Amino acid sequence: MKNKTPQQDGLVRFLDEEGNVRHPLPELDAGLLLRMYRNMVHTRLFDERAMMLQRQGRIGFFVPSYGEEATQTATAAVLDPNDWAFPSYRNPGVFLYRGAGIFEMFCNLFSNEKDLCLGRQMPAHYSFSDLRLFSISSPIATQVIQAVGAAMAFKLRKQKQCAITYFGDGGTSENDFHTGMTFAGAYCAPVVFVCTNNQYAISMPVSRQCGARRLADKALGYGFPGVAVDGNDVLAVYVAAKEAVERAREGKGPTMLECVTMRMGPHSSSDDPTRYRDQKITDEWKKKDPIERFRKYLTNQKLWSDKKDKELEEQLKNELVELAGKAEKVSQPTIESLFDDVYEKLTPQLEKQRGQLLLERDLIGKFENSSESFPL
Amino acid sequence: MTTMTLVQAVRDALHSQMKLDPSVIVIGEDVGVNGGVFRATADLIKDFGDDRVLDTPLAESGIIGMAMGMAANGLRPVAEIQFLDFIYPAFDQIVNEVAKLRYRSGGKLSCPMVVRAPYGGGIRGGHYHSQSSEAYFTHTPGLKVVVPSNPYDAKGLLISAIRDNDPVFFLEPKRLYRSVKGEVPEGPYEVEIGKAQVTRPGKDVTILCWGAMVPTCQKAADLCASRGADCEVLDLRTLVPLDETAVLDSVKKTGRVVIVHEAPKTCGFGAELAALIAEEAILYLEAPIIRVAGFDTPFPYALEHVYMPSAERIALAVGKVKNF
Ligand SMILES: Cc1ncc(C[n+]2csc(CCOP(=O)(O)OP(=O)(O)O)c2C)c(N)n1
Repeated sequence: MKNKTPQQDGLVRFLDEEGNVRHPLPELDAGLLLRMYRNMVHTRLFDERAMMLQRQGRIGFFVPSYGEEATQTATAAVLDPNDWAFPSYRNPGVFLYRGAGIFEMFCNLFSNEKDLCLGRQMPAHYSFSDLRLFSISSPIATQVIQAVGAAMAFKLRKQKQCAITYFGDGGTSENDFHTGMTFAGAYCAPVVFVCTNNQYAISMPVSRQCGARRLADKALGYGFPGVAVDGNDVLAVYVAAKEAVERAREGKGPTMLECVTMRMGPHSSSDDPTRYRDQKITDEWKKKDPIERFRKYLTNQKLWSDKKDKELEEQLKNELVELAGKAEKVSQPTIESLFDDVYEKLTPQLEKQRGQLLLERDLIGKFENSSESFPL
Repeated sequence: MTTMTLVQAVRDALHSQMKLDPSVIVIGEDVGVNGGVFRATADLIKDFGDDRVLDTPLAESGIIGMAMGMAANGLRPVAEIQFLDFIYPAFDQIVNEVAKLRYRSGGKLSCPMVVRAPYGGGIRGGHYHSQSSEAYFTHTPGLKVVVPSNPYDAKGLLISAIRDNDPVFFLEPKRLYRSVKGEVPEGPYEVEIGKAQVTRPGKDVTILCWGAMVPTCQKAADLCASRGADCEVLDLRTLVPLDETAVLDSVKKTGRVVIVHEAPKTCGFGAELAALIAEEAILYLEAPIIRVAGFDTPFPYALEHVYMPSAERIALAVGKVKNF
């Protein structure tokens, strides 16, 4: 690996916890660095806003990505607009970096009629197909093999693009992860596998998830490189991801990245991590906060200042409040829309069911919402 | 007797049967330290240790396949699938392996195991935390399929399921987990698998239902009573093996049938019931059978209250068959 010498703990890292450069760094454009920083802050603030909306009962559910901002941002930053990304539910930062509209993301959280998936999915299951961000599903790791399919389509059509896919440490146990890795190795597919090892799959620590101590080692068995990086060092993730994407584009095949980080928040808005995780663990990881670390680096480089930071935060916060408010006012999807998009065209059966439902609505007046809310 | 919720009754069943039979073990994602995402296995690990309550890696085919191997080798595993919607990676293990082991080994091998999974909607869970896919399993010979609707049945049926020598799918109506409470006897007891229960006797119209739809149908029956129709509500409790006698007896009495389920209408278990009634009791029918079911769409998020059969929609159907 050109630029990447692993540190003592086996992870590729450039910045220490104080933001000091500990390893010769390739030259990186200041504009890119600042864009990445902005995205990381944006992701954190978006998560905070959304969690607040959930706690206030204004949205039903949310999945925060606290602590994973560097991994999301840097892996998205190496992509071209034409590449396909197959994210998981914990990747708002990938959506933000690729230019997903904040208003539309909030519309997804409010599951209203301007949500791009028309309020059909749970919150935090975005779908921005125009930005080549694949529609998210909840089942773990299903996207991994689909990304290989997208990569193969590039390869067979001789297009120099790649696909990237995101999944967690728990995801590496699922069938579709292994199938994805097998197929990618067999076909030398232009795909990058990003394992966000946030060390927990709900309550299950990665140490009990599998026998492997380094998840990146799994790649070896499938015949391509696996690289473990400090997932809280945005520069390390960037350099490793850039190389992986270049390898893919050059026809050299897949790479698996294991970005080691920590899920700093609950699994989701319904989870209570105190049941299974010692607070000391997250306290310890707070010192490695990816945003703070990067800010210190940028400040040392005279690219950033406390003043600029305050301004940025204020600007982003205001925008988030405003757009969330705007999204909250949008109407819920219409009853008629329930039957659309099951198929390209409504089948006669669906047409009949829709007709009958509308008739029943006229008879009943209104469908009462009696949903219970539950941990998911 | 203690008053408990349905999910507490599930836990109580596991606890009493584990205490009684050391071969019973619990496996699944987050069932140990975390006690299950719905708390159905809360603190079992404290009482029985991590040799009998196993947190598994995140792989449903692993959970089911491992349970099968354990069951064929002297243990009685109760496997939890966190949501029924996540069972599909294990479909091959279930349909081709678990369901067929007894038959394909000439009766020499078997896998006495229980697969527990919360199912159904009404909890704002969207596509992947709401499905009622019981029909995939009722369509698979070799599996028993049980769906309780109240705490008493949940405990008794789960204990029967664990003691059963065949694989039993135990589908738990998560919407009722905490919203229904009832008296539950202390210690182990059985509710017989394969027996339906009339939860409200009536003479005009039979409503066939199970699981989370039972309270909704009771509500519909109340509505109908105020509108002059006397409904009989039959809680099937077990889908396979079906209590055909109970179904046919009720239909012969009322001559009018409404079938209610959350699953999509096409090929839902209601279709099987309608066919059974047509085959065995058609001459008793005074009106066409009506199914009130989920629509043939994926389970929606924002519109779930429209998708789920409601007491009002069921009452409309009852009115239709009553006044046919
Ligand atoms: C097939 C499947 N099984 C179970 C679940 C329930 N579930 C949701 S998230 C999760 C843990 C995922 O952990 P990991 O892959 O490490 O990703 P993370 O949530 O930490 O980002 C589980 C078990 C699911 N969504 N899909």
